[in-house]
Formats: sequence, C-alpha cells, structure tokens
Amino acid sequence: MLPLAPAVVLLAIFLLGPVIWSFYGSFTDAALTGSSAQDPQWVGLDNYLTLFKDPVFPLSLWLTFVFVVASAIVGQNFLGLGIALLINRASKVVSAVVGTAVVAAWVLPEIVAAFVAYAYFSEDGTLNQVLAAAGMTGPNWLYSFPMLSIILANAWRGTAFSMMVYRAALNDVPVEVTEAAMIDGADGIKRLTWITIPMIKNSIATNLMLITLQTLSVFTLIWVMTAGGPGNESTTLPIMAFQEAFKFGDIGYGTAIATVMLLIGAAFSLVYIRALRPEKV
Amino acid sequence: MHRNAKLALSVLAATSMVALAGCTAAGDNADGDSQSLKIVYQKTDSFTALDELFTKIKPEFEAANPGVTVELEPIQANDDDYSTKLALSQKSAETAPDVFYEDTFRLRSDIDAGYLLNIDDQLADWDEWGQFNEGAKAAGMGDDGSVYAVPLGTDTRGIWYSKPVFAAAGIELPWQPETWDDILTAARAIQASQPDVVPFNMYAGKGTGEGTVMQSFYELLYGTGDTLYNEDDQKWVVESQGFKDSLEFLQTLYTEKLALDPSEALDPNVWKKVFGELFPQGKLGGTVEGSYTPSFWQTGGSYEWPAYTEDMAVATFPTQNGEEPGGVSMSGGWTLAVGAKTANADLAFDFLALAVSQENALWYAINNSQIAVRTDVASEPTYLAANPFVADVTELVDVTHYRPATSDYSKISAEVQAATEAVITGQMSVDEAADAYDTAVEGIVGADKVTTK
Repeated sequence: MLPLAPAVVLLAIFLLGPVIWSFYGSFTDAALTGSSAQDPQWVGLDNYLTLFKDPVFPLSLWLTFVFVVASAIVGQNFLGLGIALLINRASKVVSAVVGTAVVAAWVLPEIVAAFVAYAYFSEDGTLNQVLAAAGMTGPNWLYSFPMLSIILANAWRGTAFSMMVYRAALNDVPVEVTEAAMIDGADGIKRLTWITIPMIKNSIATNLMLITLQTLSVFTLIWVMTAGGPGNESTTLPIMAFQEAFKFGDIGYGTAIATVMLLIGAAFSLVYIRALRPEKV
Repeated sequence: MHRNAKLALSVLAATSMVALAGCTAAGDNADGDSQSLKIVYQKTDSFTALDELFTKIKPEFEAANPGVTVELEPIQANDDDYSTKLALSQKSAETAPDVFYEDTFRLRSDIDAGYLLNIDDQLADWDEWGQFNEGAKAAGMGDDGSVYAVPLGTDTRGIWYSKPVFAAAGIELPWQPETWDDILTAARAIQASQPDVVPFNMYAGKGTGEGTVMQSFYELLYGTGDTLYNEDDQKWVVESQGFKDSLEFLQTLYTEKLALDPSEALDPNVWKKVFGELFPQGKLGGTVEGSYTPSFWQTGGSYEWPAYTEDMAVATFPTQNGEEPGGVSMSGGWTLAVGAKTANADLAFDFLALAVSQENALWYAINNSQIAVRTDVASEPTYLAANPFVADVTELVDVTHYRPATSDYSKISAEVQAATEAVITGQMSVDEAADAYDTAVEGIVGADKVTTK
C-alpha cells in the first residue's frame, strides 16, 4: 500500500480537489463580478433548481448525448475497429501509411485540430472548394449542420485512439483459435462475431469507457468550430458550463452544470466497469 | 470492501476528467516586490493605441520614479474574453493588476466585487481632475458616489453610409432618415439598383456580442419610447411594444435580404469584414457603427483606406416615427482604474494620471478616434481636425443614452442578443422571441425586479 501513497496524494490534489471544489461551488452563488464575487453565499439547491428549469438544459443534455453516441460510440469506436481489422490484413506499406494518416489527427494539439476542422468545414473551406471543383455548391456546414460538423470532426480526431487500442487487442488474439474456426468452416463475419469480438471484449469495454469520457468533455473543438451556435444548436454541456461560468461570470451555476456532467460520466463508468468484471464461473 | 474502494477510486479518477477545473485560489498576502507596477490592458490586431501609449510613457515614468519597474501586460483577446481574464486575475493579489483598463459598463459590477480602489483621496490632490467634464466624472463613479476610475474617452454611435452607393441608388445626399421607414426605403432602393451590394446592415446575434446591442438593437429600442431598464424604479422592462417593434425591424432587414446573410452576420468577426472589405470595396450601403470608426481607416489603422474621408458620411439614427428628440445614439467608453489589491496605490495613481495627461489624452483621442472627455483636449485644433467626422459624432452626444450598468446587465444583454439571433435566423417569431426574453429576464433578476413600463 505504501508505494501507492504518492499516487494517491497526487490524485487527491489534482483530481479529487477540483471535484470537491466544483461540488461545493455549485451550492454557492460564487461569481466573477458583482458583490457575490467578494463574498459568495451558500444558496443551497438554487443553482440546480434553476438548471432544471432552464430551457437550454434539456436541449444541451440531448445534444451531448447525440454527440457522444454518434461521434464516440459509433464513429470513433466502429471506425477504429474497422481500420484495425483491415490494417491487420493489409500489406506493411499500406498499414504504415493508413496508420500514420489516422494517428496524425490524434497527435495534433486539440486547438490545432480544431482550426483544421474549422478550415475544412467553414463556408470558404476545403470541403466546399472540393465540392465547387466538382460543380456543386456546398452549404455553410458550420451554420446549417453544426452537429454533423462537430461529430465528424470529433470522429476524425479520435478514431486513432480506438484504432490503436484495437490493434493491440487484435494482436493478442491467438492465431490458432482463428485458424481452428476457419478449418471448422466459419466465414469472416462468423469468425469476427464468435471468435474475435468475444476475445477482445475487455478492450472494447475499456475503449468505450475512455472515449465516452473524453468525448463528454470535448470543449475546444466545439468552441472553435461553432462556439455552441447557431442559437444553441451545438451547445453541449461543457460549452454551456463554460458560457455560464466565464462568459456570464456565474461560477456557481457553471459548476452545477459541471457537477451534472460528473454524475453522467460516473454513471457511464459504472456501466462499463461492471462489464469489465471477470465473469463468475 | 477492497474491491469497492478500488471501484470508487477508478470511477472518481475517470470522471474527474470531465470536471470543471478549480478556478479560484484565494491569497491575500501582499505583493513581495513593492517597486513594480503591473499594468493590464487589452490589445488586439485592430486595437493597439493603448499599447502604444503605455509603451511610450513607460520609460518616461520609470525615469521620473527611480527604482520603479512598469510591467506592461497586454491581454490579447476580444472584449468578453478580456473581461473574463481580468476578473480571474483579480482573484489573487499575486496576479491582480495595479492599473487596468476597464469598460464603463462593467465598472459598477466590478466595484461591487471589490476589484477597484476608491481614488477619491488621490483625485482630491490632482489639479488636472477639474479639466474632465461632468459626464466623464460620473462615468467612473460607483453607487456610493465615490470615484473609482478615470475615463480615457467616450464614444457615440450613428449611421455610417457610403456616398457612392447611395448616389448610385439615386438617393439625395446628404442623407438623413427621419423615421425607421426612411431607412428601409433607402435600403430597398439600393437593393433594386445594385444587387451585389448589401444595402443596410445592422448587427444581430450573439456572435457580435455587445456590438449587437450597442450598434444596433438599442438604437432601435431607445427610439421607440420604451427602454430596457426603468432607472426610477430600478426594474427591468418586459412586455414592451418597443422591444417587439425593434425585433421586427431587424427581422425585416434580414428577411428582405437588406442586411448580410444570417450565417455571415453571426460570425464574431463580421465587423472586420464591414470595415476591412465591404465599405472600402463599395459593397455596403450603410450600417450603425461607433464614433471610433475612422480609427480603422486612418493612416496607421488596421484597414487603411484614405478615401474614407470622401466616400463616407455620418447620419443620426432616427427615432421610430420621427418622435422627439429626432435621433438616438448610444455611448460607452473605457476607463483606467487602480486595482484594489495594489501595494502602491499612490504610485499606481501617478501612472494613471500620466496616461491621461493633456498631452497623452490628446494623442489617444486622435489615434483611437475617441470623443475627448478633457475640456482642454476637446478645444485643441489638432483634435478637431483629426478626421472630418469629429464634429458629426460629437453632436450625437445630445441624443445619446447609456447602458444600465448593473451587475445583471451582461446576462440581460446576452438575452437580448439571443432574441435577435432567434429572429433573424427564423428560429422564432418576433412574439416568441420577445416572450422568451421576458421569461429569461424574470429568471435572471426575479419577478419583483421586472416592470411593464
């Protein structure tokens, strides 16, 4: 236990500390300006009551859900798995080229990736120039399809992570088992569903947990691309929390939103962690 | 038990990734190095005048005060982000500025927060304070009647229009609309004669932030006879017809395509396009903008355009149906203040006083196209001759209004911006947007702080 102590202390300071502060702050009217900046008052559940009455909140919750499911659970996860499976069969050169291209999006700092995505989807951006070359007039993607744009951008940026997790996992699937199935006459799809996926089940759960939590907290990408707009059409919970806390200076309210996000993240983690438990024989 | 503890720990570790990071760190111990002054102000690619001024007076101040180091800390950000960063820095004496640049409309709220030092004593000993006009003295005043900040200048807002575009549409010059309808008539004439020109743009939506309200919505609202805030009762006005009429005017501009396309209008950088491209290229008929407009076009400005003195003209924004006083303008302005956590109040004030001395205030008024607040600057021939529009925009002071600078103002302003955005994008009808605004205002200030008149 003793060797763990430094890690626990660091966790407590850098992870537990802010969580507790955020939780405490959500019960106060702490603010950036005005009299409550000087002397925050305990306001009980006021921030939460306001939040549940706020018409933007249900929308924001729904958009966050759509964003996580579409860009992480469907986009990153399936794309990552698909690319990993294909790379396993491809020639060394192809797999090196594809692997590098995918990882390139992931190694970019988030702000750079966000600007790249903005430059791609914006009205005079790469996508519309390509469409124009093909004789088509593209819409202003960030304005007309804000959710689609940020979902595609996040899938593009995050797929590399899932791909790497799955490549590592697939390397651990014993060749003998797959070959045995092949000899028994199982085709590709059957081998995938009955052999490969069950054997990498733990990696899938771990990957899902990590990308869900990462995507829940995506901020920079959305802020740079759409800033939550137009209207509130791409205001996910992190954007809403930031706007309330820093644009309107209402720290208490912002931390209440952050606390709700924390609970959602905790709920997802519990589900995945349960899935990870070794099956009882 | 052990497993549960591990489970709890991993859940905690994982979920704290989504937690908002802690953002205040209180520390009240005074600054160790007492002989340095930290000056915090805004600098952007199109606003460098203050940076130039401070860079110019820093050596002068250091020479006059041996042993003192002036640390200039420009924050490169837009207005909103600047005030957020400034407020965060105020939380700790380690990071709090000694002298800083502060928008008048955030002043009272920041005084409430205890960020500004009461400078009554310093002003009493300063012989130049008498040179500031009464309006300027009031601009830096808190609710308690004490002065907390010294204004650098003020501004007004009016219609800036392109003479070539108006002439090509057969509109008689100089143009001065008497009613809102006159604006629409002119805009439709431009649309009919020059299809590739944006006839008359007015900002809307959250992208342009305070620009949406100061350079568009309030010119409309304050010309209807209704207001945003009832100063006598200290209550916010809801359900006013003027609010709906103002939204409807914006809706007309945007649905008839007399203004920019909503997708462009919502871009926070749209004003750069207005100053940098549309007006110089003759692609815009008119817009509502501030008295500081020439600062972008004059020599050394961000979008130098020598012909602006010939091509542009200023008109007063009319009231709805030509009601008295026949025009509307809005004023704001920025100040310099001394930080409440400073270890060297007198030294900090000396720096502030040097920055707004007659010579420096004159330089700043000319280079940042400010309306002078010192009488000994306002009467300078070089100030009056700085650009051809000084007299026009100074006249607007007669019909100007100020924002209700209460602590709730920035949230209410955001709701006004949201209402304009909902209307121009077609997400809501005028009535729906006005209702949503009323509900939001009541939610922000409480039912006992709203009124219908």
